[in-house]
Amino acid sequence: MREVNAWTQLKHNRNWLGFWFMLPAMAFLIFFLAYPLGLGIWLSFTDTRIGRVGQFIGTENYEWLWDDAIFWLSVTNTLLYTFVASAFKFGIGLYLALLLNEHMPFKAMLRAMVLIPFIVPTVLSALAFWWIFDSQFSIISWSLKHLGLISQNINFLGDTTWARICVIFANVWRGVPFVAITLLAGLQTVSPSLYEAATLDGASRWQMFRHITYPLLTPIIAVVMTFSVLFTFTDFQLIWAMTRGGPVNATHLMATLSYQRAIIAGQLGEGAAISSAMIPFLLAAIMVSWFGLQRRKWQQGESND
Amino acid sequence: MSSVQIRDVRKSFGNFEVLHGVTVPIEDGQFVVLVGPSGCGKSTLLRMLAGLENITSGTISIGDRVVNNVQPKERDIAMVFQNYALYPHMTVGDNMGFSLKLRGASSDEINKRVKRAAEILALSPLLERYPRQLSGGQRQRVAMGRAIVRDPQVFLFDEPLSNLDAKLRVAMRTEIKELHQRLKTTTVYVTHDQIEAMTMADKIVVMHDGIVEQMGTPLELYDKPDNQFVAGFIGSPAMNFLKGHVRTNGVAVFEGPNGVKLPLKTAPTASDGRPAVYGVRPEHFTIADDGAEAEIVVVEPTGSETQVFAKIGGEQVVAVFRERHQFNPGDKVRLKPDPALVHLFDEATGKRLNA
Repeated sequence: MREVNAWTQLKHNRNWLGFWFMLPAMAFLIFFLAYPLGLGIWLSFTDTRIGRVGQFIGTENYEWLWDDAIFWLSVTNTLLYTFVASAFKFGIGLYLALLLNEHMPFKAMLRAMVLIPFIVPTVLSALAFWWIFDSQFSIISWSLKHLGLISQNINFLGDTTWARICVIFANVWRGVPFVAITLLAGLQTVSPSLYEAATLDGASRWQMFRHITYPLLTPIIAVVMTFSVLFTFTDFQLIWAMTRGGPVNATHLMATLSYQRAIIAGQLGEGAAISSAMIPFLLAAIMVSWFGLQRRKWQQGESND
Repeated sequence: MSSVQIRDVRKSFGNFEVLHGVTVPIEDGQFVVLVGPSGCGKSTLLRMLAGLENITSGTISIGDRVVNNVQPKERDIAMVFQNYALYPHMTVGDNMGFSLKLRGASSDEINKRVKRAAEILALSPLLERYPRQLSGGQRQRVAMGRAIVRDPQVFLFDEPLSNLDAKLRVAMRTEIKELHQRLKTTTVYVTHDQIEAMTMADKIVVMHDGIVEQMGTPLELYDKPDNQFVAGFIGSPAMNFLKGHVRTNGVAVFEGPNGVKLPLKTAPTASDGRPAVYGVRPEHFTIADDGAEAEIVVVEPTGSETQVFAKIGGEQVVAVFRERHQFNPGDKVRLKPDPALVHLFDEATGKRLNA
């Protein structure tokens, strides 16, 4: 009789019920996010290779990386790539969003067209860029030669500086739609009557942007740029399809170097260590956005002064 | 302060004309209310006055200056929007001082004027708050403060009270009227609520389908509506209309539905048997032995008065009594309209027939 009572009690316990509702999400997070992350970090402390279970070797992988010039080059590359590409994505994305927010013919079609780079699979667009920047058959070199501006093909992906510019360009091309469309959505939440009020208050177009649009857009800018930075920092596909990190490691990012060491060379432990080294950078980016994303005082409903 | 002249103004959106030649003279310091059902063009007219919409034809002048091609910011007007349009990221003080800041006023000057406006509107303790932290009535006052700070020639109000609850609306109505009496700035106020128009206006402009139906003081419109539309729009509960014919053989009388006889003071200059609409306000009915026979349908006491819905000749009418009659649904009573106060309209055109 007592056991029945306990069971009935359990059945009616809301916390117990809540636990069962949470279980699927929890299982998903544990198996697909927490476990791989944990495994990656564990591997970075072992000398695991493909085909051989590793042993715990402490921080030896990290010590090796500390003295590895190529690793440090990849860190520099990643920071440069992320910083420059994100800055361009923000600038061009904001410009496009403001443009698309205006009344103009074929507005819906133009908005749809902006999304194209985002829809095309990354590898496909990377291949297209690979071809565009090809040392022999580049359409850019061909055009410039026919215009008489250059006499020899530009070795886009063979020259370290050009290669960096090219991959950043491709990344910006691919990343702009996300920024533009998200900011456009943000712009459309700004009430038109605010602009009318500002018109009557005597604001010029620039003053409206500076005093109304931009401040009201800051929360969404914080979100979109956080995501943009995270995606760019961890980029792999574009680089791997276009340059494989070359020439002379000039475009190697931490993600591509990690893949090369772990999968191609089979040094799982070392590759995992490179991947794990990205975590502090990503955490820093998230921290910055966390503070940037804090609800500004004007967004709060309740009085708190 | 200055006068405003709206002369034969038309507005088209594409091929669709929404204002068909509107002329409204507004005197210096007057409180003018544009009132009409939604879609009548009153808000469009206000926005044209503000410079937010182009004027298709006709002229609008503020003071002596035609402003058709003058930028909104040069027109020296201030507008209060229906949703207040407060800048959410600025404090109350910054909201009110924004226009001055854009004009390059010194911060001392801005502070002084914002402070003065805040005192007028009892906003002083709220200057550091953000719009989100304010109640509806407070936001409304900030929107007015933003207008006052600029000390404009003309205030424009676009349905400013429609987002407030009923009680607050009544309070703000008085507050706006008081403010106008104090500042004496020319004001154009748009609303669809005829009670707002009646209580606040020096002059009411009743608009309908892009034309002005009638303008005049509130009581002029109430006592002598030019046409059936104005008669039905102004006053609450609305005027009762009964269709029928004018009979002028012998004593003038109105023959209503099902042959009900209703009194007329004098016969209009109309032939016997002319079809017409008989209009009588609910408060102009009395109980009298020579009244028309009516059957009571519903009785709604409100305390100060009692609304009685009754059927005269099969048509439902509403009567309002201040005295407390003992009525029950189904009772037969005799309702008599005051012949001196009835209105007669042409059935086809809706134009007023009696003097």
